[in-house]
Amino acid sequence: MKARRRFWNQFFEKSLTASAFISIAILLGIFILLATNGWKAFQDVGLEEFLSLERWNPSAYDTPSYGLGALLLGTALTTLGAIAIAAPLGVGMAFFLAEIAPVRLRNVLKPAVELMAAVPSVVMGFAGIVVVGPFLAQLFGLPNGLNALNGAILLAFMALPTIVSVSEDVVQAVPRTYKEASYALGANRWETLVQVTLPACYSGLLAAVMLGVGRAIGETMTVLMATGNATAVPTSFFSSVRTLTATVAIEMGEVPTGTTHYYVLFACALVLFIITLIINIVAEQIATQLRRKGQ
Amino acid sequence: MVGNACHQMRSVESITIRGSDTEVNLVFQLAEAYMAQDSAVSISITGGGSGVGIAALLNGKTDVANSSRALTEKELALAHRRGISIVAHVFAADALVIIVHPSTGVDSLTLDQLSRIYAGDIQDWAEVGGRPGRISLYGRQSNSGTFVYFRERVVGRDFSPALKQMNGTAQIVESVMRDPRGIGYVGLGYVAKADGTVRSGVRIVRLKADARQPASSPLDQEALRTGRYPLVRPLYQFTDGYPKGKLKAFLEFEASHKGEQIILANGYLPPWPDMLAACQTSTSSPAVTTINYYAERR
Repeated sequence: MKARRRFWNQFFEKSLTASAFISIAILLGIFILLATNGWKAFQDVGLEEFLSLERWNPSAYDTPSYGLGALLLGTALTTLGAIAIAAPLGVGMAFFLAEIAPVRLRNVLKPAVELMAAVPSVVMGFAGIVVVGPFLAQLFGLPNGLNALNGAILLAFMALPTIVSVSEDVVQAVPRTYKEASYALGANRWETLVQVTLPACYSGLLAAVMLGVGRAIGETMTVLMATGNATAVPTSFFSSVRTLTATVAIEMGEVPTGTTHYYVLFACALVLFIITLIINIVAEQIATQLRRKGQ
Repeated sequence: MVGNACHQMRSVESITIRGSDTEVNLVFQLAEAYMAQDSAVSISITGGGSGVGIAALLNGKTDVANSSRALTEKELALAHRRGISIVAHVFAADALVIIVHPSTGVDSLTLDQLSRIYAGDIQDWAEVGGRPGRISLYGRQSNSGTFVYFRERVVGRDFSPALKQMNGTAQIVESVMRDPRGIGYVGLGYVAKADGTVRSGVRIVRLKADARQPASSPLDQEALRTGRYPLVRPLYQFTDGYPKGKLKAFLEFEASHKGEQIILANGYLPPWPDMLAACQTSTSSPAVTTINYYAERR
C-alpha cells in the first residue's frame, strides 16, 4: 500500500517536472532551428545589408536585395500604434469593470470583451479592408486606408481582450484593506483609485500590456490583409507598410528550399523571435523591480 | 464475381493533373464535364502552382502539368537529362485586364506608360492625361504567377516599392473600387462575365501596344481574337510525349465546341490561333513540341 502510494507520488512529480521541461525544450528547439537556418543567410547577405534600409526585394528582376529596415519599421509602427491605442483603453476598461461597474454589468461586459479574442484574424483583416480602411481614408482625406494606422487599429482591437482580461484580474487582486485604509484617511473614491489602487498594480498592468504587445507583434493575417504590404520605407502612419510576419507568411510558401531567400526568411523569423524575447525579459525585469519597491 | 470486379477496375483509366492555381478551377470544370460523358475515366486535379506541376511531371508523378508559364532553361535541361520529351498543349488563354478607379479620368494607356507607372517613374495621373493626384499601385504578391508575368511582359524591371501587394485578385478589385487614384491588374474573369456584364465601380483601361496603334479593350472579343489586345498569356498543359488514349481524348474535349463554351463561361479565352501567334513570341520555347487540338479541329 505504502509502496504504491510512493510510486504514484513519484510518478506525478516526475511527469509534472517533465511537462515543465518540455516547453523549454520546444522553445530551445525552435531557437536552434531558426538560428542554424538563419545563420546561413548572413554568409550570403552581410549583416550590414540585412539591417539596413536597402530595399527588401528577394525575387528581384535583376539583383535581389535583402534589407530588413523597412519591414522592421513596418512591424514597429503597427505594434507601437496598436499599444498606444490598446493600453490606455484596456487599462481604463479594466478599472471600470473592477471598480466602478455594477456587478451585473460587469458579468456581461467582461465575457463580451473576452469573446472579442475569438474573432478570427481573417475576419479582422476583412474588416480592415471594407470598414476601417475606407473610414480612415475619408477621415484623413487619403486615397486609400491600407496603411500602418489601419493595421494598428485592428491590432489594438485584437490585443484588447488580453489586456483587459489580465488587467482586470490584477486590479481585483489588490487587497481590500489598502482601499479601506485610504477611505479611512478621508480620501474619496477617485483619489483612492489613482493614488492607491493604481500604484499597487503597476507591475501587473505592465505584464498585461506586454502580453498585448506579444499578441500584436506576432499577428500575421490581419496586417497582411489590411496594411497594403508595400516594401517602401514608411514615412508616417499613413504609409502602406509590410510587417516581418506578413513577409514570412507571403514568401515562405513559394520559396525553393536551400536558397538564400529561404535562409533570409528564417533570419526574419529569428529577428522576430529575439525581439519578443527581449521585450519579455525587460518586462519581467521591470515587474520584479516594481514588486520589490512595493514591498 | 471477383474477376468481374477486376475487369471493371481495369477499365477505368485514371489521369492525374497537377500545377497552376490559375488553371485549377477551369480544368476541374472541364474534367467534370468530360467525366460526365465518359465514365471510364477518372481525372484528379490538384493545384500548388505552375512550378509544382512541372516538378511533378519531371519526377514522373503526374500525367499532366498545368502551367501558366513556359518552362525555364533549367527545367528544360533537367527534362532532357531525364529523357522526358515535353509536349506543350495550349488549351486556353488568360487576358490580363488593367482596372482604374473612374475618377482617375484615364481610359487608355500605352504599354510603355503602364510600365513606367508600375516601375514608379510616372507617379501622378496628370502625366498620362488624367486628373492630378498621386497614383496608388495595386498588384499581387511575389509568389503569384501573375506578378511574374506582368513584371516580365509589361514592367521589364522591378516593380516600384510603393506597389501595394494584395493577398489575392479579388482584393485588388475591392481596393481599386474604393481608391479614387487606384490602378490594378486582374484576370478578365474577375471583372467581366461571359454574358458581357462588367463589374461596376471600376473602369477597364483600353491598351495600345505602342502610341501609333489604336487602343483596344479586353471586352472587345474581336481585339482579343486577332491578338490586338496586348496582355494575353497562354495557359499550358505539359505532357511527357504525345498524349495517347483517354488523355488525348480529354485534351481534344477541351478543344471541342463544348470545351470552348466552358472556357468562355469561366472568364478565360479559347486558344484562338491569331491571338496565340501574337502573344507567344516571347514566352514559347523552341525546344518544346507544341500541339494544338483547337487548331486541328477547325
